[in-house]
Amino acid sequence: MKKQPKAVALISGGLDSMLAVKVLQEQGVHVEGINFYTGFCVEGHTHAIRKHDQKKEKRNNALWVAEQLGIKLHIIDVIEEYKEVLTNPQYGYGANLNPCLDCKSFMVKKAREWMDEHGFDFIFTGEVVGQRPMSQRKETMPIVAKQCGSDERLLRPLCAKLLPETLPEREGWVDREKLLDFNGRSRKPQIALAAQFGFDEYAQPAGGCCFLTDEAYSTKLGDLWKQRGSKNYDLDDIMLLKVGRHIRPHDHFKVIIGREEGENNFMNGYRKQFTHMHATSHHGPLALIDGNVSRDDLTLAAQIVARFSQGRDASSVQIEVTEKGNDTPFTLDVTPLRNDDIPQAWYL
Amino acid sequence: MPVIRAQNRIKTLAKGDMLEVICTDPGAKNDVPTWCRINGHEVISIETQDDEIIIKIAVGGES
Repeated sequence: MKKQPKAVALISGGLDSMLAVKVLQEQGVHVEGINFYTGFCVEGHTHAIRKHDQKKEKRNNALWVAEQLGIKLHIIDVIEEYKEVLTNPQYGYGANLNPCLDCKSFMVKKAREWMDEHGFDFIFTGEVVGQRPMSQRKETMPIVAKQCGSDERLLRPLCAKLLPETLPEREGWVDREKLLDFNGRSRKPQIALAAQFGFDEYAQPAGGCCFLTDEAYSTKLGDLWKQRGSKNYDLDDIMLLKVGRHIRPHDHFKVIIGREEGENNFMNGYRKQFTHMHATSHHGPLALIDGNVSRDDLTLAAQIVARFSQGRDASSVQIEVTEKGNDTPFTLDVTPLRNDDIPQAWYL
Repeated sequence: MPVIRAQNRIKTLAKGDMLEVICTDPGAKNDVPTWCRINGHEVISIETQDDEIIIKIAVGGES
């Protein structure tokens, strides 16, 4: 009896990887999914933080896709290893701090290791030739395959007919004739195939599923690196870049101000790691102070925080300040800065 | 992250064992049960106490 081929799919949670899995399932391939957690993923927990996003489904799309397809999903924490990919990308960055080509190579390489460890036969992705400006061009797709040492065992079912034959096709594990020839940025072929498979619901992430493709996020990350003098970061750093207004009045400190209740709650979990403040005479947000600050700096930060409280038009606002490492708070009476007093350049 | 930590812990447990996940990430209320369903584990209960979410899982088949 012919052995059932086993393949591991890179699952992002988007439509393309969902279709790629279904195409191979239709050919009798046993599929399991793999999803890498870099810390920059835009997923359910991010929507869950912000109260105004509460009506959005708080699901993790990769998990949701796996459930729809009836496959197992293995989520791999790559936060530490990913730092080298992000801080030192061989092929550089895209429009923002997105190292897409290096990222894809890294993920396929990790999937290859998983494949070898678990006795699977090949890897596949939902990539489409010409769909993305960096990692999914006909010239760059072979780079990904070669970089990770998987060129013979990396299949792209949605555009395989436009690419050289791979081992799974030559061995007859999959029928090349039943693979596809999608090309370019149009989503029409994918939408038609989704309809054919009866998928009436799928995620359509605008701008991808990674914060590094987001201009505002990349600006904040670039600022963090600049102020530190190196491209160091840890998970807390990159989580905090996802929330709040970031205002940097001076090079040596910035103020992170919650924009609504959900963000205040999230930031509250970090308050012991930072000097923090909030208004007590009026309703207002929680603010974390990132940097080493003097008393004058604290007063300026308090005036900024007062500006974002309901006392913004009052002559005086009381701000309770708790310094990092000292549980005894003290109160500053400050005049809120006027909107014009906060230069646009301070906003990150 | 709660899903990853639950997943990695369950790898060390046997079928029939119980795991209690305590976390603050509100997304876990959806993600952990979904992960359990696709991997053959059973969520026994989900409770919220103050800021903490407590999810009890009965370990099922292979993870």
